[in-house]
Amino acid sequence: MTTQHALTEYLLRLGDSDIILAQRLCEWVGNAPALEEEMALGNVALDLIGQARSWLEYAAELQGEGRSADDLSFRRNEREYRNLLITEQANGNYADTLARQYLFDAWHYYLLQALCDSKDARIAAIAAKALKEVTYHLRRSSAWIKRLGDGTDESHQNMQQAIDDIWTYSGEMLMADDIDNLLVEAGIAPDSAAIKAQWQAHVSATLKEATLDCPPMDSYMQQGGKQGLHTEQLGYLLAEMQFLPRAYPDAVW
Amino acid sequence: MRQPQLMNHTANSLIASDRRPASTAAQPPLAHVWQLLDEVLDPEVPVVSVVELGIVRDLQWHEQQLQVTLTPTYSGCPATAFIEQEILQALHQAGIAYVQLHQQLAPAWTTDWISESGRNKLRDYGIAPPVGSASKRSLLGEEPVIACPQCGSEHTERVSEFGSTACKALYRCTDCLEPFDYFKCI
Repeated sequence: MTTQHALTEYLLRLGDSDIILAQRLCEWVGNAPALEEEMALGNVALDLIGQARSWLEYAAELQGEGRSADDLSFRRNEREYRNLLITEQANGNYADTLARQYLFDAWHYYLLQALCDSKDARIAAIAAKALKEVTYHLRRSSAWIKRLGDGTDESHQNMQQAIDDIWTYSGEMLMADDIDNLLVEAGIAPDSAAIKAQWQAHVSATLKEATLDCPPMDSYMQQGGKQGLHTEQLGYLLAEMQFLPRAYPDAVW
Repeated sequence: MRQPQLMNHTANSLIASDRRPASTAAQPPLAHVWQLLDEVLDPEVPVVSVVELGIVRDLQWHEQQLQVTLTPTYSGCPATAFIEQEILQALHQAGIAYVQLHQQLAPAWTTDWISESGRNKLRDYGIAPPVGSASKRSLLGEEPVIACPQCGSEHTERVSEFGSTACKALYRCTDCLEPFDYFKCI
């Protein structure tokens, strides 16, 4: 495996995770429990779409097949997608959406912070830009975990259930495979062990403040998304997201 | 609206306008071009210019071609392509047709780059300008006091972390009761 191949895969993982989570968040638009929440989710999704474009444009350039970020988003099937499994999980109730968001944001924040020091200057530039946005995402989602966790009996119960349900998908972000290891050696990607320690500290502190029980960190964790093996959720999501460009391939504004 | 080749571009890509001048027409001095672009208004906040917002990072003449370096405010700002078009149009109208637009991500745009005149115009328009500098503390910690752009009261509360566009949060004044946008500090 060449560094360039590993880098392309790594960029797809970053970009695909952003775009899939953004698509999930957009499902709330028109449907959120409050107008302010709808704006917040739409804005978070917009930030993630912008970041996805930056990562996927870079991936497409490295692939050198003349494809654009849009081609990558709208013309690939499930098995070609490299997003984390946590990002494709269904919205569920509002606690489910926030639990998924918070666990992702905490990882995203520390990852981007480390990527600002990447030896790849373009990755460092995209990360520095994205980090400013994701800082707001994390601030908002961790506040909601505390409000609902330390809220009423009902909100506490729902939030605890949401954390317990999504937990098995939280470990994949922190696991390294050959691609990660190769890029760590090249100084392009950060060591996932460092991110893992920061993530675990943030999550256990936030859940404690939210009066929620933190599930065991060594629980069995689902994985496969980074290698293109997905849960049944992704196909339905792509069917909706890709319908228009697939049905009308030459459509332009 | 039709958006030509401007939609698909990368962090390092170039947007070129190939109308190389037939003759070696005089190049307007850069100070004049800066002035020209200072009249191109942001589509979402149509009282401040793209120069006042800090979106135009650099202008250079390279032989007969004007090189314009732009930076996006937010990664997903939907106005980016529109702003590029507006800039090209303003330059073309002033007779500067041979232009290349560059997009530069680093250093990342910060609200610290919004000029003093831009901040005053924002306030007059009813948008509270960013308070303080974009240090990590202001991103992670408590927001400083945001004064109401309508009545000046410091008794305000945040309604939503996110507002009508990516760059704004929604606040409300507890004295005059008016809701208002706050330009987030990043």
